[in-house]
Amino acid sequence: MSIRGKSAIVGAAESELGKVGSGFTPLDLVGQATERALADAGLEKRDVDGLFSASVYYQMPTLSAGEYLGIRPRYSDATMMGGSSFVSHLLHATAAIEAGLCEVALITYASTQLSEGGFRGVSDPPNLYETPYEPRYPVSMYALAASRHMHEYGTTREQLAEVAVAAREWAKLNPKAFVRNDLTVEDVLASRMVSSPLSILDCCLVTDGGGALLVTSAERAKDLRKPPVYLLGAGEAHWHRNISQMPDLTTTAATDSGRRAYEMARVGPEDVDVAMLYDAFTINPILFLEDLGFCEKGEGGTFVEGGRIAPGGELAVNTNGGGLSYNHPGMYGLLLLIEAVRQLRGECAERQVEDAEIALAHGNGGVLSSQVTALVGTESVL
Amino acid sequence: MNTAPAVAYRGHLENGKLGYQRCTDCSAAVFYPRVLCPFCGSSALEWCESVGRGTVYATTAVHSRNRAPRNVVLVDLDEGFRMMSRVEGVPAEKVEIGTRVRFEVRQEDEPVAVFVREES
Repeated sequence: MSIRGKSAIVGAAESELGKVGSGFTPLDLVGQATERALADAGLEKRDVDGLFSASVYYQMPTLSAGEYLGIRPRYSDATMMGGSSFVSHLLHATAAIEAGLCEVALITYASTQLSEGGFRGVSDPPNLYETPYEPRYPVSMYALAASRHMHEYGTTREQLAEVAVAAREWAKLNPKAFVRNDLTVEDVLASRMVSSPLSILDCCLVTDGGGALLVTSAERAKDLRKPPVYLLGAGEAHWHRNISQMPDLTTTAATDSGRRAYEMARVGPEDVDVAMLYDAFTINPILFLEDLGFCEKGEGGTFVEGGRIAPGGELAVNTNGGGLSYNHPGMYGLLLLIEAVRQLRGECAERQVEDAEIALAHGNGGVLSSQVTALVGTESVL
Repeated sequence: MNTAPAVAYRGHLENGKLGYQRCTDCSAAVFYPRVLCPFCGSSALEWCESVGRGTVYATTAVHSRNRAPRNVVLVDLDEGFRMMSRVEGVPAEKVEIGTRVRFEVRQEDEPVAVFVREES
């Protein structure tokens, strides 16, 4: 039995983004996003009977969100795999809906890290085998992967910078993007080094923000306010948690998650109109373009050259401006799904990809650890 | 197994040795130390002493305010396991992938495994 086309995203909204001001809690932003997503869908809060969340603030995030929102779910899932969690929630929600365990699922997340003073990540206990060497979590782990990719395939810092520049060009078309000024490859190369080869402009933003998605059965979705965005296929994979346990730093578990998602969706990379690839660092989209089959292993650096993933390029990647230039509130996977939904509904104005029917949303979590791929599409591709 | 894996690892370092485990069922080298083999699932792991020679697999120089950049590497040991460490005696930015390195112990709060470049 396949779950292809059995569920649809029917509501999608961000909370306030960027810097929301002191005193707001992540739950306040969860509240904002949920209210907006319900209005977007034309659903009432009382319709929600499944709740999905992950957090670095709340150890029991669905309990905290449920209490704040006044939702008493009959199905609750707090799967925590870092930034990829929310793409995973979409798959889990679909399975639960298909099994009759809930009917309307709310997936929600928020962070107020910037207003609190800076990056707020996970708080695992010290790792005896890594902590003594003082890598800066998580950037040094991605830097190690970038160093290896450069060594094996000749990828250059200029090619990494092209990813940041393309993201910025998209961000200029998105009024909600946090950073929209001009950016050149030279600017990226000249910016402050953080963990070589990654400089500060190779790193995603640190912002506040959150979002909410509403997912229901394909049948119920037909009667709601907006055109349904159907889940065509999804796949999960993780092979490690700590970077020193990653088998090959140039190949991620997206090779597995992507294959699973494509097989379920019965499409391939050539069918994808919009690719939302979790860009915590500039090396990420290069790895994911390879691992998700948009180019051969080792060719990601060449692929992104010459504005190929920028507006007007060959492949529309991270059309909201990505974690690099739009917003990155600690975990970003929910926001990239929201952009995928908007592209398929045709709501993206200046940055709209023409005739977008299939979007790929790829979430990454931990230190290239968790990989979750979802393919979503309009009714025309069911 | 009477000794916790982490305790046995530290015990090796205190004696100037780099300990790792080998699975007596599937022969895989296992690091970090565990109570079962992550390759075949066997609990028949035995402690071994590494010769302490390896090759830099990946490298980064971490920049922080008010201190010199520090090196962080992943090293592939000749026995077939990989670990995080740092290479000393070279500026952090000058550590190169492919460099042959040799294990030493530094006494910090805890004994720590580090590497230096192998003399050519």
